Amino acid sequence: MFARRKPGFPSGFAEQGVAHEPACHALRPCATDADPGKRKLNIPIDYAASSYLAQTSQAAFKNHELPASLRTSSKTKRMNLFQAINDALATILETDEKACIFGEDVAFGGVFRCTMGLTERFGSERVFNTPLTEQGIIGFAIGMSAQGHTALPEIQFADYLFPSFDQLHNEASKMRYRTASAKAFNSGHFVVRMPTGAVGHGALYHSQSPEGFFAGTQGLRVIIPRGPIQAKGLLIAAARGPDPVVFMEPKLLYRAAVEEVPVGEYELPIDTAEVLQRGKHITLVSWGAMVYVCEVAARAAKERLGVDVEVIDLRAIRPWDKATVKDSVDKTGRCVVVHEASRTGGIGEGIAAEIQERSFLKLEAPVQRVTGWDVHVPLIFENFMIPDVASKFP
Amino acid sequence: MLSRTLRSARWAAPLRVTANSYATARRTVTTDAASAHAEKSAVPAEDDKQFTVSLSPESFENYKIDGPSTELSVSKNELKEMYLNMVTIRRMEMAADKLYKEKKIRGFCHLSTGQEAVAVGIERAITPEDQVITAYRCHGFALMRGASVKSIIGELLGRRDGIAFGKGGSMHMFCKGFYGGNGIVGAQVPVGAGIGFAMKYMGRKNTTFALYGDGASNQGQVFEAYNMAKLWDIPVIFACENNKYGMGTAANRSSALTEYYKRGQYIPGLKVNGMDVLAVKQASAWAKEYTTSGAGPMVMEFVTYRYGGHSMSDPGTTYRTREEVQRMRSTQDPIQGLKQKILDWGIVSEEDIKALEKQAKQMVDKEVKEAEEAPFPESSPGNLFEDIYVPGSEPDFMKGRTLEETHYYSKKA
Repeated sequence: MFARRKPGFPSGFAEQGVAHEPACHALRPCATDADPGKRKLNIPIDYAASSYLAQTSQAAFKNHELPASLRTSSKTKRMNLFQAINDALATILETDEKACIFGEDVAFGGVFRCTMGLTERFGSERVFNTPLTEQGIIGFAIGMSAQGHTALPEIQFADYLFPSFDQLHNEASKMRYRTASAKAFNSGHFVVRMPTGAVGHGALYHSQSPEGFFAGTQGLRVIIPRGPIQAKGLLIAAARGPDPVVFMEPKLLYRAAVEEVPVGEYELPIDTAEVLQRGKHITLVSWGAMVYVCEVAARAAKERLGVDVEVIDLRAIRPWDKATVKDSVDKTGRCVVVHEASRTGGIGEGIAAEIQERSFLKLEAPVQRVTGWDVHVPLIFENFMIPDVASKFP
Repeated sequence: MLSRTLRSARWAAPLRVTANSYATARRTVTTDAASAHAEKSAVPAEDDKQFTVSLSPESFENYKIDGPSTELSVSKNELKEMYLNMVTIRRMEMAADKLYKEKKIRGFCHLSTGQEAVAVGIERAITPEDQVITAYRCHGFALMRGASVKSIIGELLGRRDGIAFGKGGSMHMFCKGFYGGNGIVGAQVPVGAGIGFAMKYMGRKNTTFALYGDGASNQGQVFEAYNMAKLWDIPVIFACENNKYGMGTAANRSSALTEYYKRGQYIPGLKVNGMDVLAVKQASAWAKEYTTSGAGPMVMEFVTYRYGGHSMSDPGTTYRTREEVQRMRSTQDPIQGLKQKILDWGIVSEEDIKALEKQAKQMVDKEVKEAEEAPFPESSPGNLFEDIYVPGSEPDFMKGRTLEETHYYSKKA
């Protein structure tokens, strides 16, 4: 798709050590099967070298979305994703006395340590364990926030979301609409956090990316941060916002993504995409852990094909920033949407359709998608499920 | 579910709670694994002849029922088999523990060491035509229902010879009469009610054990299942394995009522010493009789204990003391308890015990080795896309990550 050729036609990368098969049953996962020493595309991602993460304080403050006041202070602290989320939660609790965190084992810090130390600091009235009752947790949170509290429930894994799906889809999202925006019923100040995505061996119930299920839910915001700075600013903004928010944290990045995070409170916009790198030939739209795969693929495309790739981190999954994506695609004429979730029912479907509607006359090739397979996440094949660099080179 | 980091033992609860509610959950039945009694003189010479064992009067507590007798009829052969079964489960779990620590097993792995008497006692009380469904701590149940050690360990290792072709892993074991192996907490309970309904509909005199933990007992669908089961008098036994902790949260910190056997409210309940395999067998047999007599469902609570953490990534010592674990291991162990009894009753000699243990070890070692030597599944589209739909009924194709990876079912991979 990078070169000007018939869309979907394999261009062939025999030199990359990939067993190349006829297109009809090409099994790209073979790329991952290859001897790691011989791999040229699917090498392990070096997060410490990513330009999408602020490796220095200076890099952090180049972010123009940060408030000017913060940028002059120029103090940062090195944090990984779970630490930044912890920092954000502490900030929310500190500045909002009606904010409470609750979920399964959160009082001990939670499975991924995001709530470490918060019970000790803010007391067990504000950070507390719940029974194992996802539907109960979310319903409880809706009731709290309807009364003007800031409810910060945690669902232990996004895979466990489904018992609470009714509460999110039918109750939380419709609160404002069905109460004719009555002031007495607050529907915001509500953020349900949950770890999402694959780690390589989570299998059927610990590695899914269920964001696509919210494609049909109006009234909720769905956010997936790609790193510590973003997570902190987006989480604080989400907790203070007027809409219920589903905040999905890529669990692969909890420890892997490390950056210099500005000290002090700040918010980032929860309704816009961020252009991570400018390019003129093709637009990659992605979010969460996949943006780092896109970064490596973009570099490889530049080196191998001389293709100049624009990469957009969508971060707000619902509603998403159509204007930024359209502007980019109008410029490049090509677009690939990349996500971990299965292809069918994934968010990429809606994005591809939307781009086709909005930018049809500017497109030089059909919008393509690189996604997870349309299969359940299998234990032994989990790594093959996830889009990798080679899968972006058809 | 896993608990990777339950580092702090600081307790927390919403709002202020009185000191009293922090007291350990009341568990009134004994957890003594060696509390049964038999007269040595009453033990017959023949291996297959039944004789009477008296269980401790503290083996059961009843709710709205008279409950089982503490007089249990059992044969020497049966006792030896129970011992062998429990030792085999423990061996297999320890093998899984070792393989996990060697990083050969990845992902989520929940072991049942300490809880062996529940899986073995239930199996001794039912027939292959009865049904069992449980949550993710399922290796022992799978083995008792007839799965091989090789297929269980092979599944953990992600091999094609695994019980679910290596695609499910630790939480997903299925075989005839055994419906898993379910990863979502509490989801198996209404499924169990449905299985029970089918038994009744077909006029079969079979029951269904729907097992769940003390943590899962707070899921809404558990109560929904209770209601349907009683409404239609379904032969299902809602069996709570109360091992005191739902992940890292002690039962009394998650449950307003920790007497789980009374939670059915309008359903009779039976609380059982889950560390004594004989008590488990007696209670399960009674429950099967009750539920298949047309009287409807029952709620059981097996008071038990897991020695390990919730999962392999939970050390299991942050929310309970090492002393507590050590005390349960050294004084209430189901295997040691039964061993002591059968030695005392003159049913086996020390040599017999050694022979049984050797038999279990050899079998487990052999099958674990075979599982380790078994090949990984080929990463072919055929393997990836099978079993999503029934062969022949699939759509023409299913999609891969890119258009080129589309899998066409009509073409052989």
